[in-house]
Amino acid sequence: MEYTEIMVRYGELSTKGKNRKSFIDRLHGNVARVLKDYPDLRMRPHRDRLHIELNGVDAKPVMEKLKNVFGIQTFSLSVEVSKDFEDVKKKAIEMMHEAYKPGMSFKVGTKRSDHSYYLDTNQINLQLGDAICDEFPGIDVEMKRPDIKISVEVRQDGIYLSYLTIKGAGGLPVGTAGKAMLMLSGGIDSPVAGYYALKRGVDIEMVHFFSPPYTSEQALNKAKELTSKLTAFGGNIKFIEVPFAEIQETIKANVPEGYLMTIQRRFMLRLTDLLREKEHALAIFNGEAVGQVASQTLESMLAINDVTTTPILRPVATMDKTEIIRIAEKIDTFNLSIQPFEDCCTVFAPPSPKTRPNVEKTRKFESVLDIDGLIERSLAGVKITTIEHGDHFMESNQENINSLL
Amino acid sequence: MIYFDNSATTKIEESVLQTYNAASLNYFGNPSSLHKLGLKAYELLETSRKQIAQLMGFKPYEVVFTSGGTEGNNWIIKGTAFKKREFGKHIITTSIEHPSVMNSMHQLEELGYEVTYLPVDKTGHVSAKDLKDAIRDDTILVSTMAVNNEIGSIQPIHEMARVLDDYPNISYHVDGTQAIGKNIDDKFIDPRVDFYTFSGHKFHAPRGIGFIYMKSGKQLEPLMAGGGQEKNLRSGTENTPAIAAMAKALRLLKDNEAQKADKMLKLKSELIEHIESLPNTHVFSKIADDFAPHIICFTIDGVRGETVVHTFEDRDIYISTTSACSSKKGLESSTLKAMSTPEKVATSAVRVSLDENNTEAEMKEFIKNLDQIHQHFQILN
Repeated sequence: MEYTEIMVRYGELSTKGKNRKSFIDRLHGNVARVLKDYPDLRMRPHRDRLHIELNGVDAKPVMEKLKNVFGIQTFSLSVEVSKDFEDVKKKAIEMMHEAYKPGMSFKVGTKRSDHSYYLDTNQINLQLGDAICDEFPGIDVEMKRPDIKISVEVRQDGIYLSYLTIKGAGGLPVGTAGKAMLMLSGGIDSPVAGYYALKRGVDIEMVHFFSPPYTSEQALNKAKELTSKLTAFGGNIKFIEVPFAEIQETIKANVPEGYLMTIQRRFMLRLTDLLREKEHALAIFNGEAVGQVASQTLESMLAINDVTTTPILRPVATMDKTEIIRIAEKIDTFNLSIQPFEDCCTVFAPPSPKTRPNVEKTRKFESVLDIDGLIERSLAGVKITTIEHGDHFMESNQENINSLL
Repeated sequence: MIYFDNSATTKIEESVLQTYNAASLNYFGNPSSLHKLGLKAYELLETSRKQIAQLMGFKPYEVVFTSGGTEGNNWIIKGTAFKKREFGKHIITTSIEHPSVMNSMHQLEELGYEVTYLPVDKTGHVSAKDLKDAIRDDTILVSTMAVNNEIGSIQPIHEMARVLDDYPNISYHVDGTQAIGKNIDDKFIDPRVDFYTFSGHKFHAPRGIGFIYMKSGKQLEPLMAGGGQEKNLRSGTENTPAIAAMAKALRLLKDNEAQKADKMLKLKSELIEHIESLPNTHVFSKIADDFAPHIICFTIDGVRGETVVHTFEDRDIYISTTSACSSKKGLESSTLKAMSTPEKVATSAVRVSLDENNTEAEMKEFIKNLDQIHQHFQILN
């Protein structure tokens, strides 16, 4: 069947009163960015629905992309029919043939915004139901939990039929909850933390530390590619790369080994916080999980967090590694995350870092360093790019490979 | 030339060879290398694995690459025997297996394992009941072929699998070397089967490459220890060009599989009907649901199989005595022997094995020559 449009139902935002319009605008913008490769689609945002006219575009890949966008409760594929009721019957029966398997039950549900239409809601339900029962003798009608629900919408411009309702990602449209920085390493956890931030409508900007020549260009590209994966949920994401080699070398030369990691992390947090101020963001997200590694014990968190009062949100703090991996697989970042490139955390990792660093000692060891100078030089080398949905940074030969196979 | 020896090996497909060459030249990195040439080769390797899994209905991590059918059979049988030796040392197989299975079993017997060889009936089929009767408390493995390489009989895999449903601790291996791509997946792909063996050169891929299916959660003792390739199961630098070529060959094979099988079956039926009209012949392959569409095993009575093969060869037609692997040893067919065929008849057996490229015209030509050869040898009767 040739479908004519996708009807998107908003999620939680219906409850958000005055902000409704800005929510809808955000969602519309996010959807548009995620679907930017389909210029023929026409979007019409309404108070309670977003209509995406297909104009001949194949609905399948479009729906795959919509499934990820936060702020969408459900969506359905519908077909526009003329107001001739015989046409409506014909299309509804065609739909049933597509959906029906022996033993399935059905119902018809009608909404009528065009009150001038000559049939009322009940008449439409009954007449369409009858037509379907005639076509499928013995089919069960089930009001509460039908296997197939044929939805009919009578609008001014036509009648819309649909039967498939697909669950969206839920959450809030990205950007409606303000902006925050995400410390993105390239491992498994931070992209998952980013996913949860996006889910609650937070517009995230990536802060990635890189230390050439200790870390490779591939590690940087991997972080960018991970960012690109996260654009599926709400569109473009800013990527900020922060040079970190000088700071790491200086720390390594001047600080007792047990405290290398703690002090490196404090620098990362300081830099992230300064970038946050510059970007007018409100909080910092990271992928720390309590007790997972030495830098993520509560003692370490306290000693590292010591450098700022900015809220630091840790969405995966209480999750087991296996739970985190499950989400990483779901959002398709796992296979990328496990690619074996050295990142800046592993290169300078001491063999036995303090799992219980002392805040006072940390401050003391750090005091010998030219903190301001190091920070200033690092910030001077910061590079900012915007990553759009569909951008690729890892050298992929998939197309060549596919033609080979 | 007429090539009717496709169960021995197939001719590599031109486009498959192109894939092999392109992969050798452009993806020559070692998939384990950290640099981008390594990554590129790794990507090719894993995409190939994914494609093969998808075509077979397996999961990518259930596909492990080997050097071919012999390695696959050796590995699954010995790897299971070694892994499960604490639980028992009894193995069940059939009396008509390929030498790579038979001789693996003999090696295990020397190491103290006990092997039961299931008999076959007159048509070359084992019975699920015999399998059930052979199962003991210490049975660790059942290994049966899907399609017999000498006469083409399809073994009752589903029936045996249902017997084994009651014995979840017994591993079930099926050698699918002759079964792949013959449109009989519904007869030998069964969820109870834990391991399958497949070989690339039986479907127009290069020599020296194959793959096994290893059901998720199952374990095998590696036979190749080394650098830890294939998730530490089968060490040795991956043969990426051959793997890519095999992935492509399998895709081509699976394309219009049903139509190709129909075509082979039609040629097979034509030949069988014709041989049956000739006096002093035997045909062991039947036109039936429990026979594969590509193998025809028959005799011109009184003439040694070898003589028949060479007589056809003189006419630029290539067939085989019953199995290429044993054909040089001049032994009578072991499958036919297991079927209680008199030795005098069995030594006359030859095998025609078709592929999807064989044509109606080739079969007509073959039959014409067969008539002449058959006629000539009647002086011996």
